[in-house]
Amino acid sequence: MKHDSPSIFEQSRAGRRNPAHSPRAPDPDLPPEYLRREAPALPQVSELQVVRHYTRLSQRNFAIDTQFYPLGSCTMKYNPRACNTLAMQPSFLARHPLAPAATGQGLLACLYELQEILKTVTGMQGVSLAPMAGAQGEFAGIAMIRAYHDARGDHDRREILVPDAAHGTNPATAVMCGYVAREIPTDSQGDVDLAALRAAVGPQTAGLMLTNPSTLGVFERRITEIARIVHEAGGLLYYDGANLNAILGKVRPGDMGFDVIHLNLHKTFSTPHGGGGPGAGPVGVGERLLPYLPIPIVAKEEQGYRWLEEADCPQSIGRLSAFGGNMGVLLRAYVYARLLGREGMGRVAEYATLNANYLLARLRAAGFEPAFPERRATHEFIITLKRQAKELGVNAMDFAKRLLDHGLHAPTTYFPLLVPECFLIEPTETEDKDTLDAFVAAMSAIQREAETSPEVVKTAPHTLPVRRLDDVRAARELDLVWEETAEKRE
Amino acid sequence: MPFIPHTEEEVREMLAAIGADSIEALFDEIPAELRGADLSAIPEGIGEGELARLMRARAAADHQPLCFLGAGAYEHHIPAAVWEITTRGEYYTAYTPYQAEASQGTLQLLYEYQTMMARLMAMEVSNASLYDGASALAEAVLMAVRANRKAKSKRILMPDTVHPRYGQVVETIVRHQGITLEPLRFDPTTGRLDPAALSEALLPAAALVIPQPNFFGCLEAVDALTDWAQAHGLLVIAVVNPLAMALLKPPGQWGREGADIACGEGQPLGVPLASGGPYFGFMCCRRAHMRQMPGRIVGRTVDLDGRTGYTLTLQAREQHIRRSKATSNICTNQGLMVTAATIHMALLGGEGLRRTAAACHANTRALLERLQAIEGVSPAFTAPFFHEVVLRLQRGSAAGVLEHLLEDDILGGLALSPFYAERYPELDQTLLVCATETRTAADLDHYAASLRRALQS
Repeated sequence: MKHDSPSIFEQSRAGRRNPAHSPRAPDPDLPPEYLRREAPALPQVSELQVVRHYTRLSQRNFAIDTQFYPLGSCTMKYNPRACNTLAMQPSFLARHPLAPAATGQGLLACLYELQEILKTVTGMQGVSLAPMAGAQGEFAGIAMIRAYHDARGDHDRREILVPDAAHGTNPATAVMCGYVAREIPTDSQGDVDLAALRAAVGPQTAGLMLTNPSTLGVFERRITEIARIVHEAGGLLYYDGANLNAILGKVRPGDMGFDVIHLNLHKTFSTPHGGGGPGAGPVGVGERLLPYLPIPIVAKEEQGYRWLEEADCPQSIGRLSAFGGNMGVLLRAYVYARLLGREGMGRVAEYATLNANYLLARLRAAGFEPAFPERRATHEFIITLKRQAKELGVNAMDFAKRLLDHGLHAPTTYFPLLVPECFLIEPTETEDKDTLDAFVAAMSAIQREAETSPEVVKTAPHTLPVRRLDDVRAARELDLVWEETAEKRE
Repeated sequence: MPFIPHTEEEVREMLAAIGADSIEALFDEIPAELRGADLSAIPEGIGEGELARLMRARAAADHQPLCFLGAGAYEHHIPAAVWEITTRGEYYTAYTPYQAEASQGTLQLLYEYQTMMARLMAMEVSNASLYDGASALAEAVLMAVRANRKAKSKRILMPDTVHPRYGQVVETIVRHQGITLEPLRFDPTTGRLDPAALSEALLPAAALVIPQPNFFGCLEAVDALTDWAQAHGLLVIAVVNPLAMALLKPPGQWGREGADIACGEGQPLGVPLASGGPYFGFMCCRRAHMRQMPGRIVGRTVDLDGRTGYTLTLQAREQHIRRSKATSNICTNQGLMVTAATIHMALLGGEGLRRTAAACHANTRALLERLQAIEGVSPAFTAPFFHEVVLRLQRGSAAGVLEHLLEDDILGGLALSPFYAERYPELDQTLLVCATETRTAADLDHYAASLRRALQS
């Protein structure tokens, strides 16, 4: 498998063309000061070279279609092919975003029904599909909280409370919305420290951002009490939907007291991760935040479906993209939701939870240490390899890299930051028992190896296209674009 | 059960290993009063065959007319190989390349993408993409304020010739950070900024945004604008159509020094219209500013054996490390769209992109010739254009004309008045039209004949 992979630029030969893909055109009749002197130096390669190069590159990836991918907090479940095929129908792909609603009634019907499904399954009063990613959904959510306080003339609320276990996007989002992020500690059982929360809330509190189940892989048991504390202080509750897969169809964020929520459709609703996007991060809100939802929103009226825009939603926080969102992702999520139906949604949470608890039980029996041994796993859980790091000098990153040699993608490592040498493991509901057993066997094998020949683990991976990469050099001698000469600057 | 592989026997074995009586027992930490939500409003699940029929019927209902509409999203030929390769499971179902050794395919592709974009823009570095053009401009504005501390200003000069939706998105995203957007009026004759109208009264400011082509399709005097801005201590943010940059002077060559940041909508590079997304935003900048650039960046490095490999780098800028001090809350790029764009650019090459851009320009010129021959139709502006023009209609209403064209199965363009009614009432009864390389001479004739009839009726 190990072989060099020359860049597409190294395969380029001056004068090679693919004339089939661009028409003949006269020289432009434009004044020379506007024109580019030479065509950009893109690769000059044949269509076969392109197809072969990018097909071969694809084979240098791990992916759900080829590997178990238990990446915690990322919900790497099977992405049904039907979702792709049905979303990529030519008339959906050909539609211009500014075309009249009359030419998009089929699309809008899907989007409207998706809004309704998401509303029901989260227990919220309104949904906007506009945010293009989870982090943009977070931004929209906190911007709505701010709009709500501002509309009431309540301008002194400057703080957003964020548990220390939260995703990094939470505090970053609070800052983007002009708030100060204030951390709330977690207690030894993985729940929010209620005494610290009570001490932190006050007239400066705009809201609390919470992931439930948390990134520690446990359900926040006192959520009702947390909601009461924050609401009594005049703040609102934001639900980070990163872990919704754990409770889909079982418990609704709206019923837990949340005022606003974002969903990651690329997690819970199984749209593809695509090597890092595109995602979609719809937001749902309770009664109080309805006027502030980002636009556009699909409405169903007697004459058909149409987009609600500025004139319909004067208090909206506004637009997040030029054209209204990642429609292709939304269509895939819609297809998935219809295939599952209401019973299928509850089953997602059930089997995701079953798989996680089974994997936890097996790993524990194999001698691995859970971070929260007294707690149930939700759809994910944490083990800590601090003992291995201390006694054997083999850390979580070494285990992660060695798992790759077993043909298994590594779990999330070193997140959350609270647990030393941690693995955050999320098997998802679409994996079968044999796969989980194979993961346990691989972990046990690596453990034995760490005890007998730790160097093998510490220098892993050994069977991938490259061995362990020098990240320090990557950051110090920044090489971000390919150049002809071997001698590069810096 | 869709997508759940468990047999009953396996479930029993798994519960026994856990020591639980039932799956339900695994939820025993969730307070009972929170359970039992009513989901009856969600339809029951249906099979793939039945759903395929429904989805095909819905797609069939969305027949698409002949497109002369642009305004930030453009119909172009996309080689079949682009999406054939892009939807391979190894790209489609991979995650963000955090485990670099297991993600060399995606990482090398992103590195090649960064190189292609930097070359297309004639800029030094590129990130691995952002969400879309409008949000990329918002991020560029935030970046410019961070990068230009010397200006001691959070004011951004934002011409009215920037796509109005981009202006709205920037406003949504930056308004909470004390940044103000100072609108710049355009010359109503030329349809672009008049560099001579820029005055020191606009200072201090952190950056000037320069669109190329601008929302009306007109070409801005980018050299003069860039030089003015930089002479007064402003950074220049170019917001450009990437396809056009194969033909037009790229941001890195504007003025004496070149633009500082280039961003825009990547859709014209192999991404279908798809009602507005997913697309991707791109961003390039000078090396001097790259630590202020948001989004993922891939670097080339070596492995333990000295073999070339690729990895995410400069992560100290990002939210998962920096949390509340991050350059942005962004934690993704548009990986799959960039996969398509990279393959698209490799297939067309620089010369192919240039030819496509030139064909778009020629088609729009040919369309304009046909249309301005019609009585009561004239170009609204005098500046040179790329592949869009604004038509002024002496009679008839723009909205009425569009309806008439639609009856002839033509998407005739965009009526500008809803976007400009307040600030430019003179743009009443104007249409923004576009003819890309996908339109034939017969298409242009069809449009002209239909418009003639529309204006006679």
